Amino acid sequence: MNKIVYGLLLGAVLGAFDGMTAWFTPAVRDQIMGIVIGSTFKGLIAGACSGYFAKKVNSLPLGIVFGLAIGMFLAYLVAAMPNPSGQHYYFEIMLPGSIVGAIVGFATQRFQPTTQTVSHS
Amino acid sequence: MEWLSDNVLQHLREVSEMPDPPGARYRIGEQLGRGGMGVVYRAHDSELQRDVAMKVLSIGDADAERMRREARVLARIEHPGIVPIHDVGTLEDGRVFYTMKLVRGARLDAYCRQSHSIPDLLRLFQRICEPVAFAHAQGIVHRDLKPENIMVGQFGEVLVLDWGVARVLSESELDGPVMGTKQYMAPEQSAGANAQIDGRSDVYSLGKILQFLIAAPAKPLQSIARKASAAAKDARYSSALAMSEDVGRYLDGLPVLAHPESILDRSRRVLGHNKTLVALILAYLLMRILLFLYSRT
Repeated sequence: MNKIVYGLLLGAVLGAFDGMTAWFTPAVRDQIMGIVIGSTFKGLIAGACSGYFAKKVNSLPLGIVFGLAIGMFLAYLVAAMPNPSGQHYYFEIMLPGSIVGAIVGFATQRFQPTTQTVSHS
Repeated sequence: MEWLSDNVLQHLREVSEMPDPPGARYRIGEQLGRGGMGVVYRAHDSELQRDVAMKVLSIGDADAERMRREARVLARIEHPGIVPIHDVGTLEDGRVFYTMKLVRGARLDAYCRQSHSIPDLLRLFQRICEPVAFAHAQGIVHRDLKPENIMVGQFGEVLVLDWGVARVLSESELDGPVMGTKQYMAPEQSAGANAQIDGRSDVYSLGKILQFLIAAPAKPLQSIARKASAAAKDARYSSALAMSEDVGRYLDGLPVLAHPESILDRSRRVLGHNKTLVALILAYLLMRILLFLYSRT
């Protein structure tokens, strides 16, 4: 498994988990399916970007900062879309989204890709 | 009558000991060090146009064969962590000498006086274990491993020096005079039981060196050093490599073989090794709790 695939998987899992925490916010509980799908998709993109970044740049602090930034940016795009009542949830979406991005950035930097050994006989 | 001062006597001694190499190949420079068996000088090899270190048997030391044996041992173990020998010969006055690579750097004891992080020192320690393990694989035991016999080069490379009392395991050696440095010497070596000496005697010294390197070691490191320098040979690591691997496990945040850990130890190790991740997860959870409380208000 390489860093990009790892980032994709981890981003999707953490994104889905992050989306599911919306259940604790009664005001949006009825839209939870859409939130989970959106959050998973956001995690996928953040994970792929972080994985690609980790492949190119080998630095834990930079990886975390990059993950944080990409997580924040994608969360901003989601938060910029108002809910049916016209309300925005900037803090509620961007703050956790950024931290999830930072975790994915950290994990992709730490991840050691597995290599396949090919033997010639 | 006028007495000569100690300084004058010392100078006279040095001048009288100054080697006079045969031919015009080596030009002798300053004295670099003095060991139990010989004196090491800086010398210039005019043939190859380079500086070398020349070890010359001390005046009055009749053990020329031991010096030649040291040269042969060095020639036998070619490893980047073992100082390579270039030449061996006899001076006009009959003293045996050999030339070797001139190592530029600091002795381990001096190197440790500068400030270094514990992981850096442990990685350095692993680099000490490599040539020792290599020598063991060649059937040679150093028998005098101590910080004074380890050089750290300008680029962090490690060289193990002074193989003067090394033992070739395939050669029989009668029990007899104790050779080495008491503080770093394994019990079987202090007892003069030469037949019982093997690679684990060096492992004992490595344990003492590890204690020297890390002034206040963490519990697992204490256990590693304790296991390596156990009085009973069978209780020590089976090889320098096994010890190095355990140090490597500590560096990687994995459990070390020498230290059976409790659940508390294990949690502390895992948390300590993943501080950033734990901080990020805690930040996330805290954020979620605050947002939950905020949504309720």
